[in-house]
Amino acid sequence: MILVFAERSDEELFRQALAFARSLGDDDVLAVGIDDPAGYSPDAWGTALAGVTGDRRASVVVGPGTERGNEVLAHVAAMLDLPMAANCTSATSGDPLTLTRIRWGGSLLEEAQLHGSPALLTVAPHAVAADPAAESDVVELLSVAPDGGVRVSERVETTTAGVSLADADVVVSGGRGVGSAEGFAVIEELAALLGAAVGCSRAVTSAGWRPHTDQVGQTGTKISPSLYIACGISGATQHMAGCKGAKKLMAINPDNEASIFASADYAVIGDLHEVVPAISAEIRKTRGGE
Amino acid sequence: MNVLVSVKRVPLTGGKIVLTDDERAISTRHLGFTVSPHEECGVEEAVRLIEQHGGSSTVLTLGPPEAEEQLRDMMALGIDRAVHLVTDASNEWDPQATANAIVEAIRAEPDPYDLLLFGNESADAGNYQVAIRVAHKLGLPVVTGVKAITVESDQSVRLEQEVPGGRDVYVVPMPAVATVKEGLNLPRYPSVPGRLRAKRKPVASSTPARPQPQLEMVRLVLPPGAGKETEVLGNGADAAPAVVKVLDELGLL
Ligand SMILES: Cc1cc2nc3c(=O)[nH]c(=O)nc-3n(C[C@H](O)[C@H](O)[C@H](O)COP(=O)(O)OP(=O)(O)OC[C@H]3O[C@@H](n4cnc5c(N)ncnc54)[C@H](O)[C@@H]3O)c2cc1C
Ligand SMILES: Nc1ncnc2c1ncn2[C@@H]1O[C@H](COP(=O)(O)O)[C@@H](O)[C@H]1O
Repeated sequence: MILVFAERSDEELFRQALAFARSLGDDDVLAVGIDDPAGYSPDAWGTALAGVTGDRRASVVVGPGTERGNEVLAHVAAMLDLPMAANCTSATSGDPLTLTRIRWGGSLLEEAQLHGSPALLTVAPHAVAADPAAESDVVELLSVAPDGGVRVSERVETTTAGVSLADADVVVSGGRGVGSAEGFAVIEELAALLGAAVGCSRAVTSAGWRPHTDQVGQTGTKISPSLYIACGISGATQHMAGCKGAKKLMAINPDNEASIFASADYAVIGDLHEVVPAISAEIRKTRGGE
Repeated sequence: MNVLVSVKRVPLTGGKIVLTDDERAISTRHLGFTVSPHEECGVEEAVRLIEQHGGSSTVLTLGPPEAEEQLRDMMALGIDRAVHLVTDASNEWDPQATANAIVEAIRAEPDPYDLLLFGNESADAGNYQVAIRVAHKLGLPVVTGVKAITVESDQSVRLEQEVPGGRDVYVVPMPAVATVKEGLNLPRYPSVPGRLRAKRKPVASSTPARPQPQLEMVRLVLPPGAGKETEVLGNGADAAPAVVKVLDELGLL
């Protein structure tokens, strides 16, 4: 039997985990969720999941590659002292189980063997197509002791102004090539014209020009807009790990050897401080003439 | 208070990853080394907590002899001392073995730690589990993905985690484990006196035995490239009309 941890903070990723579990060749797949009126508790949820894993004699436990999916599976792994592989893209049952997983935020893959049973796996986001089947709604709910575990004691709501980076349809980003915090005025102007969110590279956040909430990349926000416009960004693997979900990439950079051009659909060779204002002016001209 | 930060030496890859001939590592012939940005923020937080509350900060790594470079880098930022679990560079340690070695090292320390900081995930392997395993072995509470830390007067610590739409707050008694994310703070740059002082700070090293890995890397594979055709829209400001034409075609105007 294969258990799927029904961590449903992201329904799409849960259904991807279900599809992944069904690909492992065991017809007996059961999705188990947690019914916890007291809210989220990683270790109490881990205890519940570790319990059902033993009761059902599961051979594999699959979780979605969400923050909570990885966290709760890691608690199960620690409690049972079993190996766990996070963010797998594929797996083949057997002894040992063989798998492929992502490293460096997806810039590199690792083929590995997992020795130990049950095998504990989480599924990398968007590595497999989601399971569309209606029966994936069938989830057995486990109840959790209300007293155990580290728990959220308070939720502080934050209101974000403007378009959120993670959900934006268009993102205009600036890198070290922007030169200063003030230099971002041209990036903000273009973003406003396109109804886009402003992003940046780590060189920019490290210099204190923009807050970390604007950072795109492996240790920043992962984005998947229709169009990503990268201005003055060299294209380090850790930056690209955050924007490889973009449908189209436009890069503006004077260095035609910059590695970002290898991933770009559209290239403009030049100084962003000339190119970006010219694009904004051209948009105004086009719109004014309508 | 005593604060521990765990960091991992990783290659600083640029625009392209190149593998070694045996495909078991990244070729580092032309690369420098660093630690994860998450861990850098953990180091900065440890230094700030000790500046504020007094006590001592320690940085720990499990890694090859060369990882002393990262320990010195972290001490240059204000960490007081280091623990180095020296490994043979040719063999990776899996997350279970890493956690167990870290637990043994912590148990062997003369003074207990009040707060143990880790990165949310390591930069290279991204196993999302070493800190949680350490917490379970030591019987300590653990909170992940932390973006704000406040030590309260009653020996508890308030840990804030970013979630969609806000922040979840956890208040746990110390000693406690937290994994942190970049954005927790803005790390300082090392000063020249800081670098000089770091050379004289103590590093306690030991050589743990590597157990058989349970999650065993077989080989690394570069993901297939996007194989993109790049359309050059032009040079400098003259490219603007071509750019706007593309924006229009994409339905973005
Ligand atoms: C574990 C780890 C995680 C990381 N996570 C992230 C992350 O989440 N996000 C991230 O971005 N980075 C991340 N990094 C850092 C990453 O390796 C790079 O250092 C960073 O992305 C570089 O930013 P950049 O491209 O702006 O700067 P640079 O690499 O310095 O590139 C600047 C570019 O600007 C161009 N330029 C200069 N002047 C102009 C001009 N006038 N007009 C137009 N272009 C110009 C230059 O030709 C150059 O290509 C991480 C690193 C590590 C080790
Ligand atoms: N070799 C190591 N030496 C010291 N700390 C480590 C090592 N590997 C992992 N860690 C710590 O554990 C965190 C999570 O790692 P991981 O479970 O691999 O994602 C890292 O950010 C580090 O703080």
